[in-house]
Amino acid sequence: MAERGATPQVPALQRRALRALRALFTPLLPDDYLELINPLWSTQELRGRIERIQPETEDAATIVIKPGWEWPGHAPGQYLRIGIVVDGIHHWRAYSLTSDPGRPDGCIAITPKHVEEGKVSPFLLRQARPGAIVRLGGVEGGFVLPDPLPERLLFVSAGSGITPVMSMLRSLDRTGRLRDVVHLHSARTEDAAIFGAQLRELDARSPGYRLHLRLTGSAGRLTPDHLDELCPDWARREAFVCGPAEMLDAMTARWERDGDCDRLHMERFQPSGVVGDGERGEGGTIRFTDSGVEASSDGSQPILAAGEDAGATLPYGCRMGICHTCVGRLCSGQVRDLRTGKVSGSPGEMVRTCVNAPEGAVEIAL
Amino acid sequence: METMIESPLARLSEEQIEELGREFAAIHDEVFAELGERDRKYIVSMIEMHRRLVVLGRILLFASRHRPAWLAGTTALSLAKILENMEIGHNVMHGQWDWMNDPQINSSTWDWDSASTAEAWKHSHNYVHHTYTNIRGKDRDLGYEIMRIDPHQKWHPVYLAQPFYNLILAALFEWGVATHDLDFEAIKRGEKSSEQVRRELKGMGRKARQQIVKDYLAFPAVSAAIAGGVTWLFDRSRARDVARETFTRTVKADATANVVRNVWAYAIIFCGHFPDQTYTFAEDEVADESRGGFYVRQLLGAANIEGSPLFHVVSGNLGYQVEHHLYPDMPSTRYAEIAPRVKDICKRYGLPYNSGPFLKQLGGVQRTILRLAFPGGKPRPKPGPYTGEAEATA
Repeated sequence: MAERGATPQVPALQRRALRALRALFTPLLPDDYLELINPLWSTQELRGRIERIQPETEDAATIVIKPGWEWPGHAPGQYLRIGIVVDGIHHWRAYSLTSDPGRPDGCIAITPKHVEEGKVSPFLLRQARPGAIVRLGGVEGGFVLPDPLPERLLFVSAGSGITPVMSMLRSLDRTGRLRDVVHLHSARTEDAAIFGAQLRELDARSPGYRLHLRLTGSAGRLTPDHLDELCPDWARREAFVCGPAEMLDAMTARWERDGDCDRLHMERFQPSGVVGDGERGEGGTIRFTDSGVEASSDGSQPILAAGEDAGATLPYGCRMGICHTCVGRLCSGQVRDLRTGKVSGSPGEMVRTCVNAPEGAVEIAL
Repeated sequence: METMIESPLARLSEEQIEELGREFAAIHDEVFAELGERDRKYIVSMIEMHRRLVVLGRILLFASRHRPAWLAGTTALSLAKILENMEIGHNVMHGQWDWMNDPQINSSTWDWDSASTAEAWKHSHNYVHHTYTNIRGKDRDLGYEIMRIDPHQKWHPVYLAQPFYNLILAALFEWGVATHDLDFEAIKRGEKSSEQVRRELKGMGRKARQQIVKDYLAFPAVSAAIAGGVTWLFDRSRARDVARETFTRTVKADATANVVRNVWAYAIIFCGHFPDQTYTFAEDEVADESRGGFYVRQLLGAANIEGSPLFHVVSGNLGYQVEHHLYPDMPSTRYAEIAPRVKDICKRYGLPYNSGPFLKQLGGVQRTILRLAFPGGKPRPKPGPYTGEAEATA
C-alpha cells in the first residue's frame, strides 16, 4: 500500500452524511466525485494547496500551505510528512514546520533547502507554483518545548537547523512567552542565513530574546567552547540544538562533561541509518508468509531491511516508524521496537516492519 | 493428453530462448525507466472521464421517462462502466500504475464496479491466469471450466448446450467471472480451508449486495424521487405515476448498461486467447520453463485485435493482448508503442505475432464454440512466423 495523507478532522455530521450516500457510489466513495470539483474536499486524506512561495535565501524558500480541512495543530518543533508528485511519481518527505500552530490564516509553512541530488526540494523550490495540491501526512517529532515552559531557554542552531527553532520562536513570540531566550545561530554568510532578517527583527524588538548570529564563512564554526563566552549560564538553561551531525555530537560531549543531559534536546535531520536507540535484542528469523521469503536479523536490523536483503519486495514509506505504510500482520512470534527497546507481539497485531526487529522467530503476513 | 500440434517453441534452441528472454526483458526495463508525468496524466484523465460520464448518465436518467434521455443516459452509463472495468479497473488491479506510488490509484486499494471482489479476481486472474496462461489443466480461464474451447479438452454431453450458455455467459459475464473466481473445483478438492471459503463467499455476497442495491434500488429511487418531486410541483395528481415509471425505466437503463458492458467485456476477452491462431500447451511441454520460454508461451497463447486508438481505449488496450501478456504490469498506454519492437523480435526468431480484425477474431471464437460443442475437432491452422506488416493484415 502506498503512503497516504493523514485523516482530516471532518465534522461528524458531514462524515455521517457522506457515509449514508455510499450506497450510491460503491465501490467508489462520494469523495471520489467531490474531488473532481475540488481535490481539497477529500475526507479520506488531508491535502493542502500551496498559497505562496517566499524565497528566504538563494537556495531556500518558505512554502505556505492552506490545509483543506482545519489544521489539527502541531507542537512547535515538530515535522510534517508531505507528499508531492514529481514527474508522475508520489514522493514523501519530512520537513520541520516553520509556522507556529496559531496562525490566524489557518496556514502552515515549511522551509525546504535545496538538495542538489534531491527529487523533492528542487521541485518545491524551482517548479512548484501557488495553487498546486500536496498531500499532508502525519505530524511527528519529540523536539518540542516542555510543558510547563522552563524559565530560561537556549537555542543552538546551524544552517537549516533553524527551521524547527523558528516555529518555537514564533509560537513563544505570539503567546508573549519570549522571556529569557538566548539563541546561537550559525550560517555561512549573511545572505545564506535562512530567516536572518526576521531573527534580527525579533532581536531588536524583544528584550527577552538575545540573538548571536555567527557567520561561519568568516568567523569559523561555533564550537562548544564558545558556549561559556556567549552564554555563560548555558548549563542552567533548557537547551534545544538542531543542526549538522558533527555539531550535535560535539554539543552532546560538552553537555555530558559539564552539563545535565536531561536538559539537552536535539533534532537530528539526517537519520544515521541506524534505526532508533532503544535496547537491542538477540534478533531472530523472519518468515514472510505471502511471499515465502525467509530472512534473519542480528537484532539491530529491522524486519523491513532484513526482508529486502533476503530479496522480498515489501511495502515501505518513511522507514522511521511514522507513516504506517510498511505494516504487516504478525502471525506468530514477538518483535522488539528498536526505538524504545520494548518487546511486544500477539498474533494478529499490526507491526511496523521498518522499526521493529524480530525477537526470536517471527512470521509476518507480507 | 496428447498434443495435436507442435508449437514453434519446440523449434527454438535453448540459447535462442535465453537470448529472446533477454530482449523481451530489456523492453520492459526501458519502458519502466521512462514512465512519468505523461503516463500519469493519461490514467488520471481516464478516471476523471469515467466519473464525469457516470454523473452525466445518472443525471440524464432522472428524465428516463423520456426516450431520448433514457437512450443518452444509458449510453453514457454503459460507456462509463466499460471504461471503468477495462481501461481502468483491470489495468489498475494488475498493478500497472503502482509505480506512481499513488495511494488511490493502486492495485492494493482499488475496487471495481463489477461483481467480483478485487481480492478474488486478482488471485484468479493476475496470478493463476497470467502465470499459467494456456496451459491445459492449469489455466482455469481456458474455457472458464464450463466450455470446450480447445480440441484437447475431453468431450462431454454437457458441451452440447454450450452454444446456449455461451450467450447467457456473455450477457451476465461479470457474474460468471465472480463465480469463476471462487474456484469450486479447488473447494471440492479441499484446497481451500472452510474459513477461506466462508470469507470469500461473504466478500462476494457483500459485493453483490452493494452492486445490486446501487443499480437496481438506490439510483432508481433517487431518479423516481427527483422526477416525481418535479412533477408534484406542477401536477400533484400525476406525481406518483411519474415516480413509478421513472423507477422502472431507470432499473431498465442500469440493467441495459450492465449487459452492454458485460457483452463487450466478454467479446474482447474471448478474443484474447481463443481465436484460431493461438496455441495451448500440455503441462510437460512447459515443465522447467525459463524466463524466455515464458515469454514465448505468452506470445503464442494470446492474440491481438486490430483497431483504431479509440477502439483500444474502450477495450482497455486488451486488443494488445500479446503485449499485455508479455508485460501484465506495464501501463496499458505503452502497449501500442512497444508493439513494433515485439513484432521485430517475432520476425527475427521466426515466431508468429497473432493478430486480426475484431469481427474475424470474434467470428472464429464463435465457430470454435459451436464446433467443439460436438465431439472431435482439430486445432485450427496456425499462421506461421511473422514476416511483416503487409502479410499480417492481408
